[in-house]
Amino acid sequence: MTRQRRSLLLQWLGFLLGLGAIAVALAVTVRWGDLADRFFKWEDFTAQFPDIVLEAARNTVVYTAIGYSGGLVVGLVVALMRQSSVPPARIIARLYIEVFRALPALLTILIVGFGLPIAFGGDNLPGFLSEPWGAGCLALALVAGAYLAETIRAGIEAVPRGQVEAARSLGMSSWQTTRSIVLPQAFRVILPPLTNELVLLLKDTSLLAVLGVAIGQRELTTWGRTISNSLGNYTPLIAAAVCYLAITVPLTFLAQYVENRTKADRR
Amino acid sequence: MSEATPTPATDDVSVPTVQIRGLTKRFGSNEVLKGIDFHVGHREVVVVIGPSGSGKSTLLRCVNLLETPDAGEVLIDGVDICDPDTDVNAVRRRIGMVFQQFNLFPHLTALDNVTIAQRKVLRRSAEEAERIARENLERVGLADKAGQFPLQLSGGQQQRVAIARALAMGPEIMLFDEATSALDPELVGDVLGVMRSLAADGMTMMVVTHEIGFARNVADRVVFMADGVVVEEGHPSQVLDDPQHARTRQFLRQVHDR
Repeated sequence: MTRQRRSLLLQWLGFLLGLGAIAVALAVTVRWGDLADRFFKWEDFTAQFPDIVLEAARNTVVYTAIGYSGGLVVGLVVALMRQSSVPPARIIARLYIEVFRALPALLTILIVGFGLPIAFGGDNLPGFLSEPWGAGCLALALVAGAYLAETIRAGIEAVPRGQVEAARSLGMSSWQTTRSIVLPQAFRVILPPLTNELVLLLKDTSLLAVLGVAIGQRELTTWGRTISNSLGNYTPLIAAAVCYLAITVPLTFLAQYVENRTKADRR
Repeated sequence: MSEATPTPATDDVSVPTVQIRGLTKRFGSNEVLKGIDFHVGHREVVVVIGPSGSGKSTLLRCVNLLETPDAGEVLIDGVDICDPDTDVNAVRRRIGMVFQQFNLFPHLTALDNVTIAQRKVLRRSAEEAERIARENLERVGLADKAGQFPLQLSGGQQQRVAIARALAMGPEIMLFDEATSALDPELVGDVLGVMRSLAADGMTMMVVTHEIGFARNVADRVVFMADGVVVEEGHPSQVLDDPQHARTRQFLRQVHDR
């Protein structure tokens, strides 16, 4: 046996021994019967479907989509403001980013959720903003916007100066250069962190429950929690977990696919 | 200097296309241009040579305002482009520029690199922009590379796409900023060939380069710069073969010794 093979064999042995030890420890300490009974009851699991998808998963996706697209718009505007030649614009952008990154998302959701109807009058608010979940989505967009602004700025700064010079030397205006040359390249660079932000936001939609939710407006976590309470069994939480995975895993694969495709031109 | 300057290929040289007077430019405490007087006549090919740090690239970049001069005048067809009321984009539209690092847009194909400014700036239709783009890619010998992305092309091919991109805008003046310095030696010839044919077609050109051979064969006038000033200028044979200043002789010796 070569030295290299012996070393590899030892590593495998160590890994399997460690794994075995943990498995034995869990097997003798965990009360598997109770756990299976309370968390993995097959009838309770299947009973969640299809309603959990039709209501909770759907709402999770809707809240995420609203929060993220709002966040992208806010983030892009703030990122461009940070680069502005108007000093107050730069200062406001900095302030915005500092404030909304410093506050816990939960606190922002509470402040916006309670504050919005008081500030404008519940009846004056347009569309979904008059609903608690709508105000919550706005709060999510504000928080995401602060993080996305920094991400987008990093992407813009990653585009070489020569790209801007080439575009300007062709007579393109500052805005044409930003839109057609800088941003498309910036977004390619930041696709991985953008996906990351999307997944983080998806999970933060569970915080919207603090504003109070009506039937039909529950997202996955709230669904799992409320149904668990009424059933006296935690299996709905597992059903919610499965739904989160069913959303995020394809999402990350899609992002990977898009990333690979945009890399095609860079070889 | 006028007796040394050969008559440019044609027309009117009475109003130089590019006229620079008393140009100064500093970066921090470093004065890189110390009162430059310089001109490029209509259809004239002026090659600027000089050691690194002599300010020749900065001078070139002042012509399309990629650098803002601190003092002095830059006149294009008699119009002072440093005037705050001048539409800079309109000036740049008439001046093509080719960079040392090519600066092609990596997210666009060769064809789209050549069409994008035509469409955004000149508001040409997609069909017209594509037709003109293909003509210019053909002109630089890359008609078959239209669908390739920049990083799929060699450096020499990228630089020729960059030349096509500038030409598609129909510039009156072309600026070349060390266009062959980043290329592998065997790729330099293709790019210089394109530049030579442009000169033969009567393009007004300002070329910053280390290619002394190009200066000798193509330039109407050679300008030698060092330490932010124009040391001497004149017909290529005069400046390159019979330099009057010690600084010029020293530079040419170093270049030839390589």
